[in-house]
Amino acid sequence: MSGTFLGMPAAPPRGSGNLRGAESFPAAARTELANTQMRRNVGKATRTIRDKRVQVTGELPDWEQLRSAGAAIKRDVLSRLPELLEQFEQAVIARGGQVHWARDAAEANAIVTRLVKDTGADEALKVKSMATQEIGLNEHLATEGITAIETDLAELIVQLGEDRPSHILVPAIHRNRSEIREIFLRSMPGVDPDLDDDPTHLADAARRFLRERFVRARVAISGANFGVAETGTLSVVESEGNGRMCLTMPQTLITVMGLEKLIPTYADLEVFLQLLPRSSTGERMNPYTSMWTGVAPHDGPSEFHLVLLDNGRTATLADEVGREALHCIRCSACLNVCPVYERTGGHAYGSTYPGPIGAVLTPQLAGMDTGGSDPNSSLPYASSLCGACFDACPVKIDIPSLLVELRHQHVEEAHFSAEQLMMKAASAAMSTSGRWTAAQRAAQLGRLLGRGGRIRTLPPPGNAWTSARDLPVPPKQTFRQWWDSSEGRAAIDDAHREGGRR
Amino acid sequence: MNARDTVLSRVHDALAIAPPPAVRVPREYRRDRELPAEQKRELLVDRLEDYRATVHQCVAADAATTIAAALGDATRIGIPAALDRGWVAEFGGEVLVDSADIPAARLDELDGVVTGSAVACAETGTIFLDGFSDRGRRALTLVPDLHVCVVALSSVVAGVPEAVARLEPTRPTTLISGPSATSDIELDRVEGVHGPRTLHVVLVLDS
Repeated sequence: MSGTFLGMPAAPPRGSGNLRGAESFPAAARTELANTQMRRNVGKATRTIRDKRVQVTGELPDWEQLRSAGAAIKRDVLSRLPELLEQFEQAVIARGGQVHWARDAAEANAIVTRLVKDTGADEALKVKSMATQEIGLNEHLATEGITAIETDLAELIVQLGEDRPSHILVPAIHRNRSEIREIFLRSMPGVDPDLDDDPTHLADAARRFLRERFVRARVAISGANFGVAETGTLSVVESEGNGRMCLTMPQTLITVMGLEKLIPTYADLEVFLQLLPRSSTGERMNPYTSMWTGVAPHDGPSEFHLVLLDNGRTATLADEVGREALHCIRCSACLNVCPVYERTGGHAYGSTYPGPIGAVLTPQLAGMDTGGSDPNSSLPYASSLCGACFDACPVKIDIPSLLVELRHQHVEEAHFSAEQLMMKAASAAMSTSGRWTAAQRAAQLGRLLGRGGRIRTLPPPGNAWTSARDLPVPPKQTFRQWWDSSEGRAAIDDAHREGGRR
Repeated sequence: MNARDTVLSRVHDALAIAPPPAVRVPREYRRDRELPAEQKRELLVDRLEDYRATVHQCVAADAATTIAAALGDATRIGIPAALDRGWVAEFGGEVLVDSADIPAARLDELDGVVTGSAVACAETGTIFLDGFSDRGRRALTLVPDLHVCVVALSSVVAGVPEAVARLEPTRPTTLISGPSATSDIELDRVEGVHGPRTLHVVLVLDS
């Protein structure tokens, strides 16, 4: 059965998993802002990638046409998603693959766990993948007695450091070489105790640690950058060769793919293989790209499983404005140009998806209304709306407009709108001069709340306003008080005399 | 309902709640480009060297000598069964002819590998391997530390669209642009993590 339409369409449910932080963006950002090492590392990285990206995108005279094509292909996919999903499924099966569907994170985790257990292995190699991070797969596998080993160098650093990724592309960018050396010495089994902090030696240590695991691996788990509906082809782009190892060495390969990663035809790869590397790492092409279609006899895994993941994607699709976020190809260009991200780093966003696109995607996938203090409701405000992310996006996602739309939805959905209440109060206060004077005197009490010239939290209902921003403390005197003071009168008399002389 | 039917009906519901307009994809970007051989050669060599691959250029008659030189100190190499044996005629060491039943651990004992290629993209310096004929299965070009890849100038195209158009989608395909590399540590580029640390490209000009 497919394409069944059961009467009135119902809004699809939101997703679950690592899509919500423990605290609001401003609270988390405050902690991160105090980490000067992190800020220095992230700042250096984003500046470097930013400059490289501008250089290599400028090389292509048809860059804007490629962006337009990329955006249109993604729009086309979403508008024809049911037929393309079924076509994709059939193509994968026809080439010897097996397709599984997952409604949410828990279901995807259960499917992958069962597939790994079926191989008899208690260890699975992993290619860096946002989808499996989103569903918390590694943590789930651990509770089932299966060790997931991250093979991307940065992910390995994060995993061994019992840390969280802070960037889509370079997850350990908040760590410098001496921190990485310490992590390896502390947590990498069999590491040379004389290891220094030269990046070449650190990379070599990771090579030694993983090489033997690659050669004996029975099962690996990956994500996918693209899935081609027409042919059933899947693709992973990378640099190190750890992806190639995981995709070809084990007997069993399990790929978890968000259903928005679909593209209609094999020829469409010509667009995205140009847009992605240039936007992402600022390279003309990433060192390695793997493309496979089901199972190839005598070459690579003999068993291939594809897990198609919803987890809030259909809920996002149901929003005709917000669905544009599903065009995202996870290049991270928007992170690298964002003045907010540059200062806070990725941890402040609390979700698998940081930065401007994360501020849009996370609330849409997982919702932002789990009560008054849902951290996701602060994400649409984690932006200065400067528009740099829109300019950088290779598939032209209008992130600023989406953020404004989400702010609107948040205000509409709030049980009472604090901002509306405050505006009403302000209007009443301004209606007569007596009330206005009283209100201004009252506002001076606000000085008691401030520290260092800023008010960080107002009492309710004003806390809804300060949850996403600081306020300057009110001045010591109102303008009227100054006007009535001897200092004010003297200044006005001076001004009169000066005017008279002219 | 099972998960498949539930997800598909959610997709239908989502599109019914907010019906999307039909989309025409504009294809005004550069496709079907032709470049003179000399320009393709210059561009490809420039890009490959930018990726820190070593490029050797020769005529077909000198291929064996050039390949032997590119193999340097290697004493044990692997080749795909369909490789032109003339290409390794000047190599003095041990040659393992690959087959599907050779385990990865044995490939790990090789010093290097010689393969052909399907197509190469000049503008990005990318070589496409498709597991067919003399390009070798994926493990062969991945596990040994040195890859000597033979590229015929006649198989070089200008850009990515022209290269993708020449591929057969059902073949497992690997795109390589230089040797394995990482920039995960303070964005310092390091060549060679898990794939071959050295890539030599033998560009055959008259084939």
